[in-house]
Amino acid sequence: MEEKVLMKGNEAIAEAAIRSGCRHYFGYPITPQTEIAAYMSKVMPKIGGTFLQAESEVAAINMVYGVASTGKRVMTSSSSPGISLKSEGLSYLAGSDLPALVINVQRGGPGLGGIQPSQSDYFQATKGGGHGDYHMIVLAPSSVQEMASLTMKGFELADKYRMTSMILADGTIGQMMEAITFPETKSETVDTPWAVTGTECKRPHNIINSLSLVPEELERFNIQRFERYAEVEKNECMWESYEMEDAEICVVAFGIAARVAKNAIVAARAEGIKAGMIRPITLWPFPKAALYEASKKVKAFVSVELSMGQMIEDIELAIRCSRPVSLCRRVGGVIPNPEEVLNSIREAMKGGN
Amino acid sequence: MEPRILLFAGHYGSGKTNIALNVALARRKAGEPVSIVDLDIVNPYFRTKDSAEELARAGIHLVSSPFANSNVDLPGLPAEIYPVLETRDGCVILDIGGDDRGAVALGRYAPRILERGDYDMTFVVNFYRPLTRKAEEALEVMREIETAGGIPFTSITHNSNLGRETRPEDVLRKMDEADRLSEMSGLPVVRTTVYQGIQPELEGKIPSLFGIHLQQHVFD
Repeated sequence: MEEKVLMKGNEAIAEAAIRSGCRHYFGYPITPQTEIAAYMSKVMPKIGGTFLQAESEVAAINMVYGVASTGKRVMTSSSSPGISLKSEGLSYLAGSDLPALVINVQRGGPGLGGIQPSQSDYFQATKGGGHGDYHMIVLAPSSVQEMASLTMKGFELADKYRMTSMILADGTIGQMMEAITFPETKSETVDTPWAVTGTECKRPHNIINSLSLVPEELERFNIQRFERYAEVEKNECMWESYEMEDAEICVVAFGIAARVAKNAIVAARAEGIKAGMIRPITLWPFPKAALYEASKKVKAFVSVELSMGQMIEDIELAIRCSRPVSLCRRVGGVIPNPEEVLNSIREAMKGGN
Repeated sequence: MEPRILLFAGHYGSGKTNIALNVALARRKAGEPVSIVDLDIVNPYFRTKDSAEELARAGIHLVSSPFANSNVDLPGLPAEIYPVLETRDGCVILDIGGDDRGAVALGRYAPRILERGDYDMTFVVNFYRPLTRKAEEALEVMREIETAGGIPFTSITHNSNLGRETRPEDVLRKMDEADRLSEMSGLPVVRTTVYQGIQPELEGKIPSLFGIHLQQHVFD
């Protein structure tokens, strides 16, 4: 096994991308994800890759579109306001069925908001953001090790389903440091017969495009795309169950919120409350089945979020509103402390909201 | 001349802030008046100001940007740094931002510090960090910081660690690399820092061992 290294979450993403075979990075600096670009700027020139600081977020995402069209692994990274700027490009990537990896190290919003951690881009990431009917695969790491492993996974899923994968992290996971190891297995790649790589007059042209001149054709493309999305929903849901065997209260949290929630669950169990957690690792596809199964056993759910309450809607839908779901939240760049989560668990146990 | 100004610089994430804090606390405990100056204009997360309460309790004077830990992503530095650098009694600790980009802020104070002469500019290095795994890479970062900050290093603080997972053998394994950097740069390793949990096991095995405590976060 390789020696451990002590890495920031942002660095782990960059190194994992390089190890996944990504040799093209386009970005624009924004706190709190700048270390990704900084790392790429140091390493890419040494390995024959491309690091390019684009003139804008819009330019960067369209450069991603360009490289993705050739079937090469490509990525960009930004933080919340920058992702809003990229949204048009994300829709075009979806409309052209191109694989790409996009990183969002979230900060507080809306607007310019702040530079401290947040999870308030959940809707934007899972429900679209750009225009049109489309989805991205959304992965939510909750440790530096997962920043690395989900980056690798993100490339693989993007290639497999010709979709954009998004890593939805937050400022704290981007900045915190933990010891990690990189797997020695090589990242899985797939053939890309659709890519524009030059025909050498030996095959018909490949065309990368999101424009359809005939309505019925556009309808057909949309339906085919959603058949692929159904496959993703069937095959690729990921979540972690923690202390759920005998749980009466099910905490649902992802990313940094899940780490705080774990401490609260330990404290709840110490005072006799049987609490557990389902931590979605894929936010889209959302682990609906796991939550629905849990709803048959637990009394209530608590959604812990660094937003005004976004994922809570997906929880209510997943369990078909069969149990009360309460919200424990902090926003604006503030992280809830374990005591606040513990209080929400106690309230849920009492049947209050 | 006994150094009165202690400067901590290095690759970002090498442990500068934590070590600067611990050295400040140790010097204060020994009875000296201590000021700590946060010169980091690069990283808005995990800063000296996170420990403001602890420093205040210990009677240590903290000088940091009024915008630190706020949403103002502005590389500002307070004017108060100038009078603090004139201190004659006690010691002044400067926590400098990571890499050459962070050391740029030091440039404006460098002439006065060089003129005084009673300083120790220490290079904090963790050989478990991805871009300073080898002495050669560390030396490169060292030279970049010196160029940007305008003050040559005078010592090395060896801080090889894997965060909370660090075992004593992880530190021992990197002692040779620290010696190599010392040889290549011609600078002494003035301390090897380890977190207090493993300090007893390393006592007597490492020269100039310095135990530090870590900042605790709600997500640890």
